[in-house]
Amino acid sequence: MRAVPVFDAASPQARGITSLSLAVLAICGAILALIVGLTVYNLIRFRAKPGAPEPRQIFGHKRLEILWTVIPFLLLVWIFVLTVQAMHVSHPPRHGQPDIVVIGHQWWWEVHYPKLGIITANEVHIPTGQALLVRLEAADVIHDFWVPALAPKEDMIPGVTNYIWLQADEPGTYLGACAEFCGAEHAWMRFQVIAQPASQFRAWEADQRRPAPTPPAGAAERGRRLFLDKTCMECHSIRGVAAAGSAGPDLTHLASRRMLGAGVMTNTPPNLSLWLTNPQAIKPGCLMPNLNLTHAQVRDLVSYFQTLK
Amino acid sequence: MNSIASAQTLEPPHAAESERGLLSWVATVDHKRIGLLYLFTTLAFFLVGGIEALLVRVQLAVPNGKFLSPEAYNQVFTMHGTTMIFLVVMPMLIGFANYLVPLMIGARDMAFPRLNAMSYWLLLFGGLLLYFSWVAGGAPAAGWFSYSPLSERPFSTTAGMNYWIASLLVLGIGSVATSVNMIATVLTLRAPGLTIRRLPLFVWMVFVNSFLIILALPALNASIVMLLIDRLLKGNFFQPAMGGSAVLWQHYFWTFGHPEVYIMALPAFGMISEVIPVFSRKPIFGYPFVAASSVAIGLLSFGVWAHHMFAVGLGHIADYTFAVTSMLIAVPTGVKIFNWTATMWGGSIRLTTSMLFAIAFIIQFVIGGLSGITFTAVPMDWQLTDTYYVVAHFHYVLFGGTYFAILAGFYYWFPKMSGRMLSEKWGKLHFWLTLIGFNMTFFVQHILGLMGMPRRVFTYPNLPGWGALNMVSTIGAFILAASTLVLIWNVWISLRHGDPAGDNPWNAWTLEWATTSPPPPHNFDRLPPINGRRPLWDLAHPENPDTDAAEVGRHVPWKLEKNVTGMITFIISEAFFFLMLIFAYLYYNARPMVGPVASSVLDARKTLVFTVCLLSSSWTFWMAEKALHRKKMSGFYAWLGVTLILGFTFIVGQGLEYLGLYNHGLRMSTDLFATTFFTLTGFHGLHVCLGLIGLLVLLGLALSGEFAHGRTEAVASIGLYWHFVDAVWIAVFSVIYLRLLL
Repeated sequence: MRAVPVFDAASPQARGITSLSLAVLAICGAILALIVGLTVYNLIRFRAKPGAPEPRQIFGHKRLEILWTVIPFLLLVWIFVLTVQAMHVSHPPRHGQPDIVVIGHQWWWEVHYPKLGIITANEVHIPTGQALLVRLEAADVIHDFWVPALAPKEDMIPGVTNYIWLQADEPGTYLGACAEFCGAEHAWMRFQVIAQPASQFRAWEADQRRPAPTPPAGAAERGRRLFLDKTCMECHSIRGVAAAGSAGPDLTHLASRRMLGAGVMTNTPPNLSLWLTNPQAIKPGCLMPNLNLTHAQVRDLVSYFQTLK
Repeated sequence: MNSIASAQTLEPPHAAESERGLLSWVATVDHKRIGLLYLFTTLAFFLVGGIEALLVRVQLAVPNGKFLSPEAYNQVFTMHGTTMIFLVVMPMLIGFANYLVPLMIGARDMAFPRLNAMSYWLLLFGGLLLYFSWVAGGAPAAGWFSYSPLSERPFSTTAGMNYWIASLLVLGIGSVATSVNMIATVLTLRAPGLTIRRLPLFVWMVFVNSFLIILALPALNASIVMLLIDRLLKGNFFQPAMGGSAVLWQHYFWTFGHPEVYIMALPAFGMISEVIPVFSRKPIFGYPFVAASSVAIGLLSFGVWAHHMFAVGLGHIADYTFAVTSMLIAVPTGVKIFNWTATMWGGSIRLTTSMLFAIAFIIQFVIGGLSGITFTAVPMDWQLTDTYYVVAHFHYVLFGGTYFAILAGFYYWFPKMSGRMLSEKWGKLHFWLTLIGFNMTFFVQHILGLMGMPRRVFTYPNLPGWGALNMVSTIGAFILAASTLVLIWNVWISLRHGDPAGDNPWNAWTLEWATTSPPPPHNFDRLPPINGRRPLWDLAHPENPDTDAAEVGRHVPWKLEKNVTGMITFIISEAFFFLMLIFAYLYYNARPMVGPVASSVLDARKTLVFTVCLLSSSWTFWMAEKALHRKKMSGFYAWLGVTLILGFTFIVGQGLEYLGLYNHGLRMSTDLFATTFFTLTGFHGLHVCLGLIGLLVLLGLALSGEFAHGRTEAVASIGLYWHFVDAVWIAVFSVIYLRLLL
């Protein structure tokens, strides 16, 4: 975890922004110091003394005006040059087909790997050391995909496709969030980028490709039937089960994920029970209604979801 | 008792106005009373907006806060932003301008006192309309820039959004009316000797600002009218599902929104440019540069809107362009800062409360300006936009900047408005509390942004440092609230027991100090001679006047006729409104469309017939005017009658066209052609109807003998409007129909 990710970048793209930021903040800091210094000097040196006559009336000085027009202008030219360089480092032109497609929904993230045939939600797994092209789309309103330690933020706009390059130098978990206000639960539209060494990533990929197993008879099997009988499948999919809803996250590998409700809580069986009992109490305004499940039903569903590794 | 030479009365004169009581305030057209009404009203809204800010800060004080529901939080922050921008900062500055501009230019009142009163009542009505949403199903909750499609029907289902739009339209019309008034006032009512180049800088900046308002507000009005059409009439402007563009809303909104930032800053710069010289006992350093830099800022402010959209993905070329324009705007802003600093240099600085606020303004505004520059370094914007860093940035500009300037101006002009001095003791306490509270609240927000906290979140996870910094910010907000109570107490106690102000307590130099405090209803009994920028300095220092003796009396200010000036200003504003609608038509109809398009449903030849009627009515009106100048009333009636008939023919023709399209099955909702066509031609038709009403009024005036004495300004003004309506139709016809004829 990085406390100030903007200054603690973990990819070449984000590092480009960090060095630009440090240079620009240094220039701005110097200007601020100059103005503060002049003001303090003015206040000490030119405080009115009791009974003093009116000071000399000075109306202006043309050369000074030119000076403080031209010098800031030159500083800005310098900042612009740095800006153009950093733009090319942090947001290079796209080429090839996207490795990942992320679609923003009110209030969760749909994550596709078109080349691998994987669908997941609210977490993006990437192998370390590779720049991946990410296509950004929106299903309803405008969202914004932002992982400060790894990449510039970019809007996800309905009717528009945007792209960024996503890369992480080292394994780790990088926090991301929706940065464009998108309605009631904007605050809980968070996600994680999980960077893994190539071998671990391949193992994860292999797990994710598998369809959901059919559980043995018992609580989990009762849960599976509940999933099919209730309205769950109108919004959610579980590959390998006759369910193909797409309004909510794909649940095929729900148990493998770290968080529930796009970051609102960790994915543990007790938390999952709370969520299923009444999602509106956990994430008020979210599109999943309270299904008024009984305790037994919730228990069975949780048992079933635990099999979806 | 208004010349400086005569002795000053030390007992503040009681309100010189003959009328008293509530009704006299409701009915007033006196710019000073209207100015005070603006200030009272905006203070009330400031308290409401402040309470909303406290609710926000309480909710965010700790991670996973449960004080407000997400929906309530979103309503509260939307209302906070909308209130502070449209009901506090903008109208508060307009209120000061209302009170001060006529006094500072030696006029008796504004150019159009009744219009001025109307503008104020529109403000109050618009504000109440916005707040009425809370009892009508819920306040708007899409943020103050209401990005589509979140602000569209499917995602904002309550009436709150509609109230937001209606309120902003009412407020927008009021602001345009005020600005037309202000421009006409400055151009036509200046005292003899007060040339444009001698205007006090506050007046200069209000003047430039008024142009920004008449050009920028139409962009907002056009955008929200289009949004309202989407919401109420099922239009398609910003509905991506129907081919509308979510990005176009952003372009349109920020075409208004960025000039708006300067609309909220320029008059504040003007206040600082009055306060700092007086308390440094020196004239402003580099007057022409301070004045000209305002014009430069005004012009550039229309070319920087897309710097709010660097994360939209417009492409590097667009990003470079807007980075450059946004960087450029920093140059004239810097010029002002350096000139204020140079004004203090070599002066004899008196640290009154007013001056303290002005100095704090400089530093805090510099911080806000510099953090603004960090956004022009595009990749930094890619990290920091839509985070708490932005929240910190614009509060440094608007609170640390504009609001501090307003307080500097308030302590400076309160004696003029009330006849009594504000307490310096309470004032200094107010200053220090505000300074500490403000910086505590907002400085840490820069860091929160760098740490990755997005803006507009109703809560946040418990990440390292987030809770502590948010708590600091919340405590700061409560210190600010306490400081506001000190201000109110200071005003309350000073109105009762404050020292009498006299005419000119600060030994200031501009004309408002050459009359009593408060000024009489007619403002001045007698004006001092005006031979330079500081008439009262010249009066007090005949041995060392600002202007050479040779220059005295040489400048004769050019003056214009106020009705025609007002009308031309209004027409410029209207032209911008139509420009936005015409652009939307061109933009959407250039794209392939599924439904009916212009060429498939319109009959351009029929339209050409009533087009000829409308265009020839401009000529017949011109003939009517000629007849009037030759005092041939029968000719005037005849030509005016023909003009009216031609105008009505046009409206009937347009009505028949609409009827045909309706029978053809075309509705506002059909496709983007229908939406853009009905909106553009409908608004033009509405303007023709207004023009016809104007022509009927002229007819009535003529029949009542108004023009017998040669008072024909009304004819000239309405005539201009009528020609304008015709000119707009030429543009609309060319855009929609001409292609079909060729």
